Amino acid sequence: MTTAPLVDIQNLVKHYPGRPPVRAVDGVSLSIAAGQTLGLVGESGSGKSTVGRTVLRLQEPTSGRVVFDGEDVFALATGPLRALRRRMQIVFQDPYSSLNPRMTVAQTLREPLEIHRLAPPAQMEARVTALLEEVGLDPAFAGRYPHELSGGQRQRVGIARALSVEPRFIVCDEPVSALDVSVQAQVLNLLADLQKKRSLTYLFIAHDLAVVRHIADHVAVMYLGRIVERAPAAAIYAAPRHPYTRALLSAVPEPNPRATRERIVLSGDMPSPAHPPAGCPFHPRCPHPKKNDRCRTETPALRVTGDGPAHLAACHFAEEPM
Amino acid sequence: MTLPAWFALLVAFALAAWTVREARRRTARHEAGRRFFRHPTAAWGIGVLAFFVIVALAAPLVTSYDPRAQLDVVHLKNQAPSWSYILGTDVYSRDLWTRVAFGARVSLLVGALGMLVAVTLGTLVGAVAGYYRHWIDAVLMRSVDVGLALPRIFVLLIAIALFGQLPLAALVLVIGLTSWFGTSRLVRAEVLSVRERDFVAAARAVGAGPGRVIFRHVLPNAAAPIIVSAALGIGNVLLLEAALSFLGIGVAPPTPSWGNMIADGAPYLASAPWTTLFPGLAIALVVMALNAVGDALRDALDPRQEG
Amino acid sequence: MTEPLLRVRDLKTYFVTEHGRGTARAVDGVSFELHAGETLGIVGESGCGKTVTSLSILRLIPEPPGHIRPGSVIEFEGRNLLALAPPDLRAIRGNQIAMVFQEPMTSLNPVFTIGDQVAEAAIIHQGLSRKAARARAIEMLTLVGIPDPAERVDHYPHQLSGGMRQRVMIAMALVCHPKVLIADEPTTALDVTIQAQILELLERLQAELGMAVLLITHDLGVVAGQADRVIVMYAGQVVETAPTTALFDGPLHPYTEGLMAAVPRIDAPKSRLQAIPGQVPAATAWPSGCRFHPRCPHAWTKCKIEEPPLLGTGDHTARCWLVQEPARRKPAPAT
Repeated sequence: MTTAPLVDIQNLVKHYPGRPPVRAVDGVSLSIAAGQTLGLVGESGSGKSTVGRTVLRLQEPTSGRVVFDGEDVFALATGPLRALRRRMQIVFQDPYSSLNPRMTVAQTLREPLEIHRLAPPAQMEARVTALLEEVGLDPAFAGRYPHELSGGQRQRVGIARALSVEPRFIVCDEPVSALDVSVQAQVLNLLADLQKKRSLTYLFIAHDLAVVRHIADHVAVMYLGRIVERAPAAAIYAAPRHPYTRALLSAVPEPNPRATRERIVLSGDMPSPAHPPAGCPFHPRCPHPKKNDRCRTETPALRVTGDGPAHLAACHFAEEPM
Repeated sequence: MTLPAWFALLVAFALAAWTVREARRRTARHEAGRRFFRHPTAAWGIGVLAFFVIVALAAPLVTSYDPRAQLDVVHLKNQAPSWSYILGTDVYSRDLWTRVAFGARVSLLVGALGMLVAVTLGTLVGAVAGYYRHWIDAVLMRSVDVGLALPRIFVLLIAIALFGQLPLAALVLVIGLTSWFGTSRLVRAEVLSVRERDFVAAARAVGAGPGRVIFRHVLPNAAAPIIVSAALGIGNVLLLEAALSFLGIGVAPPTPSWGNMIADGAPYLASAPWTTLFPGLAIALVVMALNAVGDALRDALDPRQEG
Repeated sequence: MTEPLLRVRDLKTYFVTEHGRGTARAVDGVSFELHAGETLGIVGESGCGKTVTSLSILRLIPEPPGHIRPGSVIEFEGRNLLALAPPDLRAIRGNQIAMVFQEPMTSLNPVFTIGDQVAEAAIIHQGLSRKAARARAIEMLTLVGIPDPAERVDHYPHQLSGGMRQRVMIAMALVCHPKVLIADEPTTALDVTIQAQILELLERLQAELGMAVLLITHDLGVVAGQADRVIVMYAGQVVETAPTTALFDGPLHPYTEGLMAAVPRIDAPKSRLQAIPGQVPAATAWPSGCRFHPRCPHAWTKCKIEEPPLLGTGDHTARCWLVQEPARRKPAPAT
């Protein structure tokens, strides 16, 4: 396939000022083809949320380029940027803070339509009703305030808001992490259905590998501001190459009491992004038997592994078994 | 005092009590409303304020004399309270109750309008500083620092010296322009915190410009300190007006204001204490009521107590 | 069968809500037993009453608006905790029964060093001197795997990461070698690799110290890996109880089945998840009859009217009429 990807992130860097600066995102390159879902996985401090917000230019990057549908997002002036906002949207993690507590559901959903003049005032109510029905909510919810809704319902409103401008691309920033298991399944199914129906492209950010399994076509794993592995979803779960990915997978508690999986337990905590280790950022905690001085001094590049051109890993010993 | 005036006064009391009851009933559905009335002084504060507002609005009805009329300079000056003159008379033989009632109009108006100017200005500056941060914030907040350091009475004295006795509108403006600094800091702090919340990022993601974000999303959620500032602010402006009028540079006689009434009665503190006592009591009651309401509002609107 | 260490029978904890919205029957007749050395998992989603249950055991429920109904029984080593005088109850809290909370960020006092906080329980219950308690604190920090404990003992909570803070919480709970440890969602707020560390730590400590553990969580994976027996809670009640393997091999209650089908799994291919329709009802208005009936694919008229007791044989019971009438089970819809 040689068609250009819908979203092309090139060497994105975001440092927050400080002494020393916090290197939240330290050179991330990703591309997402139209209609696909890329799962971006990492723990807290990995920089995944920052990637999501910076791609949408909700924060200005330190350096790097994002090309969306042929346009350089960071080079746009205010006017064209506002037009671009129609095509790229975001759904947030915390259903309790992602809706304005002083606005009703209807007001929240009407706002994007008003800003972009997508419907005349006479049709607003009908549009709001249609959006609510599309996300599985009773249209009677339109007059309610966020505090009268449950977490799952609020999250659906957040999704409806993102859909109201008819985007092509949605950044889902941990959209189900704050929800109960049964509600989580409902919202994940909704996101999958909407993707099929509206031909959406997702950047799905999560810390839960099991959740990502159910929605992603490709998966990228982040650690301390960098991508350490990237592959088609099946490959990451079947044959992970980076030691961190393997530790992450083995740490997920499986709902199977008979499982005798060897748990790889990492020692210590993720270092602060203000003080990333030299060389490979993962080396202080890496359990790989072949770890040596090269890991301490030389930062491994994200290279193609033996599994094929789509499977990349940033490890000097990606080919060696653990 | 005449019978119709007595009757109107009783109606005023009843109306004030009814206002408190209505306020309590209508806010019972809201968590914040219930928290507000849990304060023992909150209801009292609303009642006192309601009473004075009613008296100010209906001043001609609840009084029997003209506030500027000197009734009988020979026989009726500095008379102690009696059935005809329920709060007594002052040194110019004017009925004190009438002057307190009409004085309420001036004092409350200056207080409310002055507060309005101050809070509006303070909110705008605080919101802009908190939302844009960086150099705009630095410049604005340093100006606020300077403003806070200025002695207000001094500034007003200079204004008087330059422009002579100020008409009421100008007085309100000058008071407002020198009272907004504290509010701006409070609003800025609240805006700094609200702007980080996800729904603000969501509004920007959906394409909202800074104006819409500030006025529709940030400020409505930063309203708590603004409202509390406003309630307490009226009290401050009232006291300031009283001080200025007392000094002779505020509201000019013969228009009654509580401040200049105290000035008139000051030389007779020992012989006719009621001439200073009653306007002073009026000021004290209103300011205390505003403080009680402001405190109760602050607790009622405290977001940490919401769920 | 040996006597249980902790026996809870028909626990009911109700909360009075404001403004006439009725009484929230957060825990509505919960019974279970905990034996020495075993791990009992309590599984449920938010609103099921599991946290209120754990707080009720140590009587940490604020008295208005909550109250534990008379008729509830909480027995520890045969003594009724609900009848104890406050000094006797305090002698048990932190000493014989200890608790670890969910949020390590807010459960530690920011103005005291972690050494002080760990030592506090030792000073209160064992009357150790400050010096001895400090030595004890360092011992405990070593036990829970905090690096450089002699240095860290003087650090403040904000200087530690989330995983470290949770280890400190565990050290605080274990300093008096309690017989029962109540762990309320001890890993929910932590990253998955740190969660693995903490779960491994709890396993090791339980083996070393021989404690009984009451593990409260919403994560079926955690329960599968750690618990010997499980109780599933929904709407303030126990809806299923079984040994762990039996529960996962063959859940009896439709809610348990629904939960297991809704959990995303790493070993499953990309597919649609089986969601449980509807949402958890409010504690002020539990549905009539079986509380799960509005969301149950198998419900019939009896379920709407009559609340089922725990039915079943032996150690695997479920609060569902299907246990008595398995023929009523509707076949699974084609996916």
